[in-house]
Formats: sequence, C-alpha cells, structure tokens
Amino acid sequence: MIQPLTESSEKRFTLTPGPDGLIETQTLEVSIGPQHPSTHGVFRMDCVLDGETVVALKPVMGYLHRNHEQLAERMAWLGSMPYTDRLDYFNSMTNNWAYALAVEKLAGIKVPERAEYIRVIMAELSRLQNHASVIGFMLQDLGAWGTPLLYAFRERERILDLFEAASGSRMMCNYFRFGGVRVDLNDAMVAAARDITAKFPRFLDEFEKLLTSNEVLLARCQKIGILPKELAINASISGPMARASGVDYDIRKVDKYGVYGKFDFRVPLGDIGDVYDRYYIRVLEMRQSIKILEQALRDIPQGPHIAPEVKLRNFKIPPGDGYGRVEAPKGELGFYLVSDETGKTPYRYHVRPPSFINLTILEDMCLGHKVADVVIILGSVDIVLGEVDR
Amino acid sequence: MPIIDEGLKSELQKHGIFVLPIEQLYNWGRKSSIWPLQFGLACCAIEMIASAASRYDLARFGAEVFRATPRQADLMIVAGTVTKKMAPQVVRLYNQMPEPKYCIAMGACAISGGPFKDGYNVLKGIDRYIPVDVHIPGCPPRPEALIHAIMTLQRKIAAQDLEKGRRPRWYDKDAPSEFAIPSYGDHDLEPPANAEVWQPPRNYRDVTLEEVKKS
Amino acid sequence: MEAIEKIKEIAAQGVAGAQIEIINSTPAAQQPALLVDREHVYAVAKFFKEDPRFQMDFCSCVTGVDYLPKGDKPGFIEVVYHLYSVAQKHGPIVLKVRAPRELEQCHVPSLTPLWRGCEFQEREAFDLYGVKFDGHPDLRRILMWDEFTDHPMRKDYAPPADYEWEPTPHDETLQRAAEMHGVIPPTSMAELEKAKKK
Repeated sequence: MIQPLTESSEKRFTLTPGPDGLIETQTLEVSIGPQHPSTHGVFRMDCVLDGETVVALKPVMGYLHRNHEQLAERMAWLGSMPYTDRLDYFNSMTNNWAYALAVEKLAGIKVPERAEYIRVIMAELSRLQNHASVIGFMLQDLGAWGTPLLYAFRERERILDLFEAASGSRMMCNYFRFGGVRVDLNDAMVAAARDITAKFPRFLDEFEKLLTSNEVLLARCQKIGILPKELAINASISGPMARASGVDYDIRKVDKYGVYGKFDFRVPLGDIGDVYDRYYIRVLEMRQSIKILEQALRDIPQGPHIAPEVKLRNFKIPPGDGYGRVEAPKGELGFYLVSDETGKTPYRYHVRPPSFINLTILEDMCLGHKVADVVIILGSVDIVLGEVDR
Repeated sequence: MPIIDEGLKSELQKHGIFVLPIEQLYNWGRKSSIWPLQFGLACCAIEMIASAASRYDLARFGAEVFRATPRQADLMIVAGTVTKKMAPQVVRLYNQMPEPKYCIAMGACAISGGPFKDGYNVLKGIDRYIPVDVHIPGCPPRPEALIHAIMTLQRKIAAQDLEKGRRPRWYDKDAPSEFAIPSYGDHDLEPPANAEVWQPPRNYRDVTLEEVKKS
Repeated sequence: MEAIEKIKEIAAQGVAGAQIEIINSTPAAQQPALLVDREHVYAVAKFFKEDPRFQMDFCSCVTGVDYLPKGDKPGFIEVVYHLYSVAQKHGPIVLKVRAPRELEQCHVPSLTPLWRGCEFQEREAFDLYGVKFDGHPDLRRILMWDEFTDHPMRKDYAPPADYEWEPTPHDETLQRAAEMHGVIPPTSMAELEKAKKK
C-alpha cells in the first residue's frame, strides 16, 4: 500500500526549480590528493564541483619541496650535479645536461665533439623512455590497468640497463660533467645503444596498433582539455604540451645547443591541443628521437670525452649571471645561475621547471569537464613532482 | 611459539597429517599476502613501480595489488622524501590503515632525510612520527633491495608470537595503533617529533661541550 | 637581435621616463641584463611584448635573488625576468628590478597581467623571498604551508632547531648538535678513550 506523502517528506521529494529552470544544487569541494591512485606524485588539486563538472580547480603543491636551490648555495658547483638528477627523476640525464650547459655558458667552456654526441645519445634515449612511461601512466589513469605501463616499462628497463652500464646507476646517473661526460662509452655500450634503437620502432608499432585508434582512448581523450595556442604561449607552456597546441618552438631547433644543428629531424605539431594530441605528439616525437639516435650513433667520432682543461676540484667561475636551457622531454628546463666574487659556490641557483609552469593553465583546461577527465588532463600535462617542487 | 618434536612430525607426515603451531599457519597466511599502499612520494616511487613491473615482479611475494585506499592496505612503503608539509598526511594515512599494519622506510630520505637533510621543509626521517619495521638504504634502492626488504618483513611476520608477553603491538590493547598528527606551525611542525615513537639517538659516549673545548 | 646598447636606447625612447641600466655578466655568457626602476618596469615589459621589432611573447623564467648589504651599499632583492620570442625565435632579453629588503617596502609591480606564465613563479618568489607583487591576481604561498611565517630562501634565514645527532659532526653541525641535545659526541679517538674511561 502506498503511503501518502507527509508534509516533511513532501518537502524532501519535491524538487525546487532554480533560476534557470534546472534543479537547485550545491557545489561540492573535493580535495584530490596528495595521495591518490594516479601515479603522478604528491600533488593536490582543490576542485569545486557542480555535480560531476569542474567549476574551479586550484592546484596545491609543495609537498615535495626539498629546497634544492638552498642546498646548492652551500655546495661547490659540481656538488649540485647529483641533486639535479633528483629534479625530474625520470630524466636525470637531461637535468644533468641543462645544469652543465648553464655552467659551461657562464664559464665559457667548450665541449669536445665526442662528448657532445654522447650527450645527445643519452638525452634522446632518456626522451624515449620518458615518453613511453608517460603514455603508460596516462593510460593507467584511463583505466587500462597496467598493460601499456608494463609494456613501456619493459622498454624502459632496456634503456636503464645501458644507463647503468655507462654511469653506474639506473636512475640517478650523475653522468655529465662540466666540459663533457664522466666516462667514455666503449664499443659494447655503443652497440647496445644501436640495438635499442633498432628494436624500438617495433615496440612503437605495437604500442600504436593497440592505442592510437583505440575506441576508448579516442572517446575519452578527444576534445578534452583543449589548450588554445595563444594561451599556451602567454602562459609560458613549453615542450610537447605547447607543440600539441600548435606552438612551433623546439629549443633543439631554436638554440641549436650541443650538436643538434647537425641532425636532420622534424618537429611534430598538433592542431587542436587536446589530450589525444598530447598523446599522439609524444608518439611522433619518439619516432623523431629514433631518427636522431640513428644519425648520432652512425656519426659519433672518436676523441676525448671531457674537456681536459676543466678542473674538477677548486672549479671557479668569474662573477656574473647566466641562463642556460635545454629541451627536456617535459618542456624547457633552464638553470639561472649567479656567481659572486668568490666564485666557488653558486650565489643563486634557480631551476626553471617545465612541469611547474605547465601547471599554470591546469584550471583553464579542466573547466567544464568531468572529474574523471581531470585525472587524464593531469596525466597529459606530464608532471613530475620532483621538478614542480624542487 | 611451541616446539614440536621433529620425529613425531615426520612420522605423522608419512600418514598425511601435518602438525604445526597455529601461529605458523596464521603468520604464513598474513606474510604471503601483504598488500602495499600505493604511496610513492618521490624518486623511490619509480623504483617501487619498477619492482612491481614485469621485470622484478613483486607480485610473486604476495604484493599482488597496490591498494589506493589505506583502509584496504597492510603495508605502507614510504618511498621518497617526506617533507614537513606532507608529514601530517603520511601520519593520517598510517592511522587510517587497519591493524595489523607495517611500514617500510624506503630510501635514504625516508630513513633520515637523506641527501636533503639540511632542508627547512624536509622531515629528517619518517620514524619521527610512526614506527618503522624495515629500513632500506639506498638512493634509490634497487628493486632487488625492495624485494629483499619485503622478504625481511615476511621473516619478521613469521617470527611473531601469539603468546601472552611476546605479542606484537597490534594485539596489545594498550599499545597505540594511531599516532599523533603534527600540525603546521609558524616555523616548523608542532611537535617536531613524536616523543613516544622516536628519541634522538643519544650517544653512549656522553662528552660535554666544556670537555671538548678543554681538550 | 640587436646589441644590448641598441635595445636599451629603443626601450628608453619607447617608454618615457624609464631609467634603464645595463648590467654585464661574464664575458663568456653574453647575457647582459637591463636593470629597470620599479615604477617603469611594467611599461618597459609591455613595450618589449608589443613592439613589432621584439614581440617578446614568452616569459621563460622569473627568479628572485637576495643580495645582502655589503659595507655601506644597501642590500636589495632583485627579481629577474627572462623574455623570449616564439614568433621571431630570438631572445633572451633579461629584465631586472630591485626592491629594498625590508618586508614592508619589498614590493614590485607584477608582470602577470602581461604574461600568465609569471603567475606561479611570482608566487614562489613571494613565498621564498617575501617580495610582494602588486597586481598579482592570487598572491599567496605556493611551496610552503600557509601558516609558515618565514621567507626561507633569504640569506639571513635561520632554520629551526630540529636537528638530530650526526655520527661525525664538526664545525657548525657540532655546535647545533650540542645546543640541541646538551651533549656532544666525541670527535676524535682520544676523546672516545677518555669518555670510555669515565
């Protein structure tokens, strides 16, 4: 028997239309993080939700702030090199290169050619494993419970084996020095690098076959998190995220640091700037990296691996300041260094982290989308908290 | 744990009867299915993921899934630097885990602050606030080191006793299972360490400042 | 891009009343900077952004630097902006602006209305150095927790005394360990022998 509605229950079950004719609701404030299933590190987002739609989003960071910059002020110039490994802990080689480049720029050190080739090989291998891992993590967030991630990690382990042979450590390589690299690559290592480069396209083909025209990926990633080109430039976005929005700026082509001027490679650009573009541009960049690696491994000359005139102890830099930057897999990684009269330790050591600045427009990209999309958009921004917080 | 005569044991085994203390069975079940909490802070987290990946498969040791919620996890692997901003959250998560729970401090940063020890925002070791069962040195420790730590933890669990007087912490009604959460102060966390959990290591060779200055 | 003197001239003509100085770096670095006064730095930055010769539409890096007083020269906090151009692929133009170190007077105009990318970096400079940016849409701490009161990257910051015992302390570390715990571990074999005999 159906009970008649009492007065109080009638109030509960009658829906009051709001000013625009729809139901009046309240917004919900959700704090996503700092511990959350998406494996992007200790990062928190304060979302204000209207139902499932994001109305406002404020990123909160600093949960991994390890005051790397203050530590560098107390150490010699070379002493900060192991700490740069721990900035973007996926690509320690690139971080080392950015710091070495900034110091070499400030001190006017010339790097021998073989060392430059070794640096390019290490940086491009680093880019390969970073892009593969990022795609793996993004798909992990999408719900592909492990498979792309484990495939990517399989390739990553091969590259890490080479890093371990060359530098002694899988991840925190500390391989670069001012004026070159720490140890030379012997023939076995160069052969291993050639082997990796030869086998990688097959892995990429398999990856693409599974992912690029995958219905779920297409449905969930297209037209999500669109970043317009002008906003990308104005918000200092760099790296694959900017290029996916059509910004034609790759520091390897603009600054031509190292020996990048000698290699023939293209810079892929996206046109919409949504999550799918950011995924696909990383695949295309991996293919271009393989092209660079093939050329570098073919043309690598013999020679010294470090500039012999650079002192390891009592290394001093004349007073002044300078900014050096590289195209890290996540964007523009730069170091601003200030040297004072004593010249033995940096007076000011500042890292320009790509992930930190790429988060500026996280809110803009997420507005209007659902909560589930926020996680994917964050995955496509490709942040590493070691870099965001330093 | 009660001791069983080996001869009797093998005699019974021939007839298909297995005799073992209840603790051994109980501990075997618990140690073989430790589910870690998905809680990576920094670089060590990547080695943790690598050890859960296919090359150094951690699932062989019972860590089949990494649970995202502390309510379903047994083990918290604190992988990476614990900063003071993050410390209250770490303690909160540890409190939310149901007993029996274990904590592994992975990497130099979680043990004592590591290379970032001189930091204004770095907590010098997570054992200032929560009890840690296994410490893994390294920066970052290799995946094999993490596997060794899980095996050490398994041995520790296997040796736990149910008898009165030798029970582990979580069987003792008076022992705390939730620990005080620090709060953000003006200059530092308040309190800087939990005195019940951690005391600064006192040097047994106590020498005072005056004596050092005189010599 | 033209030489730095030419850039300074063009900027001085483009923005009336701006006082711009050139600060040189090491001879190898080739990155001289333009020191602009606080009142005109927004106009100079806007000029560089909009002038068709420069079109500096990408603000790459914002840094705060703390210079302590030296002798009779007053100290200051300097904010350094590195500007690049995506449209014309040149750069950098380095702008520097200074503010006094005392917290009440330490403020500079914010360039976030010109380049959105400065938003987080200026918040970081505020958090770590205490320099306030007038006109910033959301100036609050970003890396430290909100209740924190110090500005840690300043050169005269004193860290909290949560120091624990070190196996082989010396110099400043030894002092801090002693103050913290009241006793110091011996630092040589002779001291160890003496302590054991007691």
